Amino acid sequence: MSENADQIFVLLRHWIVGFLPAGLQEIAGVVLSVIAIIAIFPTLFALAVWMERKGLARMQNRIGPNRAGPFGLLQPIADGIKSLTKEDIVPLRADAVVHFLAPVLLVVVVFMGIAVLPIGRNMTLVHMDSGLLFFFAMGASTELSVFMAGWSSRNKYSLLGAMRGVAQMISYEVPLLMSSVAVVMITGSLSLEKIVEVQNQYTWGLPHWYIFTPWGLAAFVMYATAATAETNRSPFDLPEGESELVAGYFTEYSGFKFALFFLGEYVGMLSISGLGTTLFLGGWSAPFAFLGWVPSWFWFFSKVLMSIAVFIWIRGTLPRLRQDQLMNFAWKFVLPFTLLDLFVAALWRFMSDGWARWVVCSAILLAVYALMGGVGMSRKHFGLRKYRYAE
Amino acid sequence: MSLLFYLIAALTVVGGLAAILLKNTVHCALALTVAFAGLAVMFLELDAQFAGFAQILVYIGAVAILVVFAILLTRNAETPKDGVYSRNWFAGLVIAAGVFAVLGWAVVHSTRVLPHETAMPAVTVLDIGNALMGRYVLPLEIVALLLTAALIGAVIVAMHEKEGAK
Repeated sequence: MSENADQIFVLLRHWIVGFLPAGLQEIAGVVLSVIAIIAIFPTLFALAVWMERKGLARMQNRIGPNRAGPFGLLQPIADGIKSLTKEDIVPLRADAVVHFLAPVLLVVVVFMGIAVLPIGRNMTLVHMDSGLLFFFAMGASTELSVFMAGWSSRNKYSLLGAMRGVAQMISYEVPLLMSSVAVVMITGSLSLEKIVEVQNQYTWGLPHWYIFTPWGLAAFVMYATAATAETNRSPFDLPEGESELVAGYFTEYSGFKFALFFLGEYVGMLSISGLGTTLFLGGWSAPFAFLGWVPSWFWFFSKVLMSIAVFIWIRGTLPRLRQDQLMNFAWKFVLPFTLLDLFVAALWRFMSDGWARWVVCSAILLAVYALMGGVGMSRKHFGLRKYRYAE
Repeated sequence: MSLLFYLIAALTVVGGLAAILLKNTVHCALALTVAFAGLAVMFLELDAQFAGFAQILVYIGAVAILVVFAILLTRNAETPKDGVYSRNWFAGLVIAAGVFAVLGWAVVHSTRVLPHETAMPAVTVLDIGNALMGRYVLPLEIVALLLTAALIGAVIVAMHEKEGAK
């Protein structure tokens, strides 16, 4: 019974595809899965938007939307209707073709990244041997869309926002990849299904998720930081900060194109959380062995939504980082720490199973973290400000 | 040669031609990105998954961004007034045709030089990793040294500019 609930979507697809002639079955299966993804992820996007507005509101001591539907649950629908009926303004001297293609490219690339995520047992849209590499390749293409949006608007503020955004995304791309290379090293495969399967084992009822190992915890923290910066979320949202650059690279977008950017950003957040849960939080595996009867896709979606809740929590709590602080943080702290984490993961792999490797790896990571923090703090001069002017 | 190959090849060639013939420099850079994407799809069609995704990651994700940054930061986004085609274009055409002829001859005659290669080998990322760390470790280290030298050089050039201005 629980296996049926677990595989219900796979069985449903099999049943629907069974009505068609044998030649069309494979392509119909793929089309059905694509339709499912296009239906589910925008729904999750609406839920995430609602969670964000209510969550941020509560953290800022106000209520948030509560008019449209009970508890404001229909607010995303109202927002959607508003964006669809707004006038689409394109500036006169803007580059019309590139201006149109930028949000389209963002949404296409973000949805393609979702195709390799294992949403449940046997529930991956495309099985690829190098699924992780495909996901990062798609992530790298989102930077191009940001640049296209900023440049085609013929607006100095958009261009500034776009250049800052692209610089930030490139800087944090390297720690993002490095922290997942540690996972690949320990698993021995780039395939996301294999990574989840390796984490699906239990010792004394506790799972083998990578976040519960010292190198995995460090890598997860670095991954979360880099993911927050990749999706331009606060505290790294200077490129789209409301008080700094109007709206950054999508200042000149109105109506449906703005809604597409919004969709692309939030679905990007969902997909990068999906990858984070696959790599570190065990994907679709249950937290305890005795909870294995709950369907696997339930665990995946609850982990993704919890990650979104943590994103929203961090947005409501931490102040925004300035651009140079952001870049310093990436190159001087996060990247060296991920390189050290690779070394510690290798050490973990080569020491035999036991309590010794836990102690050694944790000690190395904590010592270096404290050292780097100490060095960083000692270089800070809390005194009169020294100004550096652009030449 | 299947229909898919011709479609991908058409996309790549159109992208490359547009990169030369368009007036707006940033449009040229974006057309170059389309050409890169066409090449990546070509790799994927030949079942070289790692090469295809690495092409997207490196070329579209990094090189294309570098090209557009270079265009933006050098204030030459508009077409220069006296055209972009040089005066001795005929010599350039002859040299390019010569190089293409040599490369084409080498590729077409490779089946005679290596007669033992029959079917397409199934290369996994594991094989690439083993080869990089085993047989080709010296070229890997030399490339790493070159990249480090380039990085240090870039930092030194930027640093001297700052100190020189003071």
